[in-house]
Amino acid sequence: MKAISARGVTVRLGGRAVVREVELEVPRGQWVGLIGPNGAGKTTLLRALAGLVTHEGAVALHERPTGELTRREWSRIVAVVPQEPVTPPWMTVAEYVLLGRTPHLGQLARESTHDRVAVTRTLARLDLLDERDRLLGTLSGGERQRVVVARALAQEASIVLLDEPTAALDIGHQQQALELLDTLRSESELTLVAAMHDLTLAAQYADRMVLLDRGRVEADGPPDEVLTEEAIARHYDAEIRVVRVDDRLAVVPARTGR
Amino acid sequence: MPETAIEVQRSIAPAEAVRARGVSTGWAIAAGVFLAGALVLGVLAGPLHIGAGDAFHSLLARLGLSDSSPLDPTAESILWDLRVPRVVLAALVGGMLAIAGATYQGVFHNPLADPYLLGVAAGAGLGATLAISYLPRALAGHQVLPISAFVGGAAAVVVTWAIGRSAGRERDATTFVLAGVVVASFFTAIQTFVQQQNSDTLQEVYSWILGALPSSGWSDVGVLAPYVVVASGVILAYRRVLDVLSLGDTEAASLGIDVGRIRLTLVVAATVGTAAAVAVSGLIAFVGIIVPHTIRLLAGTSYRGLLPLSFVVGAGFLVVADVIARTALSPAELPIGVVTAFFGGPFFAVALSSMRGRA
Repeated sequence: MKAISARGVTVRLGGRAVVREVELEVPRGQWVGLIGPNGAGKTTLLRALAGLVTHEGAVALHERPTGELTRREWSRIVAVVPQEPVTPPWMTVAEYVLLGRTPHLGQLARESTHDRVAVTRTLARLDLLDERDRLLGTLSGGERQRVVVARALAQEASIVLLDEPTAALDIGHQQQALELLDTLRSESELTLVAAMHDLTLAAQYADRMVLLDRGRVEADGPPDEVLTEEAIARHYDAEIRVVRVDDRLAVVPARTGR
Repeated sequence: MPETAIEVQRSIAPAEAVRARGVSTGWAIAAGVFLAGALVLGVLAGPLHIGAGDAFHSLLARLGLSDSSPLDPTAESILWDLRVPRVVLAALVGGMLAIAGATYQGVFHNPLADPYLLGVAAGAGLGATLAISYLPRALAGHQVLPISAFVGGAAAVVVTWAIGRSAGRERDATTFVLAGVVVASFFTAIQTFVQQQNSDTLQEVYSWILGALPSSGWSDVGVLAPYVVVASGVILAYRRVLDVLSLGDTEAASLGIDVGRIRLTLVVAATVGTAAAVAVSGLIAFVGIIVPHTIRLLAGTSYRGLLPLSFVVGAGFLVVADVIARTALSPAELPIGVVTAFFGGPFFAVALSSMRGRA
């Protein structure tokens, strides 16, 4: 079953087409690594899939056209981990993650016991239970990242869109965050679309990579096919070598005689 | 082996489940004591001495729990027809301005937002000035002036909203703030012009702008109370949504919130309540900013706690300010807006500096 089906998706921002005629079908449970140079339209495409920006073309989520969805229904299907999430410093970890229940609550409702138990479970799963009463302003970058992922999981959405989930993390925390996402994906049958700048990490975790440049899908397939020296040179204007480390791809910058 | 979801769920008893902080017991008691103390002080303070015991027995008599009031008819009348309604009015105005200020700050993601942000003050000022300057003396009393101020305030916000929307960026809070600045300057310009043309009413307009609570018995309370109850009720009902909005418009939308509609609802509630308060009391500055911020600094809480605490503390704060306004230069009255700014400003500065070093 297809989790995401996008047909001819075009997004115009200020009259300029930032995403052009994107065709994307993602089966349930797949991890898609969305790559491309700065300004390629990765964030905008994620926002279109999340219904946060108006677009041309058709998007269906789990075979339901998004035009039929209310804002709340959409948020029960798709959770977003933004690149720079707003984390009010006065909010506790528990309060922040509880906000993830919003799409399941009536507008004026409070969280029920069921919601609070579900959030407690999510916190336990991400090893955040001891941090429940800490204020967001006191968290480290790695903890903050986990808390934002926890909020997205508390949403109980089957599709999670991540915009540069590891940008603010050191290499150890990058690996931990991605391993965690991979574990959660298999446990909860999540479909993940993650925009990433780190091509090596993207290649190691994604089942499939989609290369976006100037709003268009320029390559789409397994990492082996998408991540070629020639494609990276063309779209990123970068000199790199693609090598194999433990049978997985790694992208290494190369300095030629300039 | 990872436990299955159901097993983990069973292992978490509802009693252990996390919850959002609302108003903590300690702060609820502190705010309640502050308001109660302010109300008692407000009722007892005045040129005619009325003892606390006598006032209490008079209250019991009114409630039918005691045979007769120990007060003579004049004191009885001063107590129940002047002081109590004025104290109640101060509490309603203060609570409304404080909760409206907190709401505007949340809705527009702007810590400097106050209830006058979208032009209520300038519009009400114009409405009041027109009423004072052009209406026949007989009409310009307590009936027409508040209505005129209310209509002016509401009209200014409608114009602000129309301009903000016409920019086509409903989700952008800054557009509305800028539109509010534009509308406020424009309305103030007209108001100043009208004022200049009618210099004989300058004094009256000026004292209205500085704010003053009328001593007109229960009629103003009766007019204002329904607006305050409905407006604060709506705002309090949305207090959880205001926590969601504090994540910014985009993230709130990604959590299923219709940001444009919620913002409109909350702005209408806060504006109607503010316009009604301004209509009876004039422009009382500063309450809408310092009360919510002081609570944020001291109690450090989410909107769920902030909004009810703002109402209670704002109510107490304005009652105390009114006591100062009518006793400091007795029998003359200070404009209450001067008192709120004169004492509120330094107090806020102290609260701000005491927070330094605490994260």
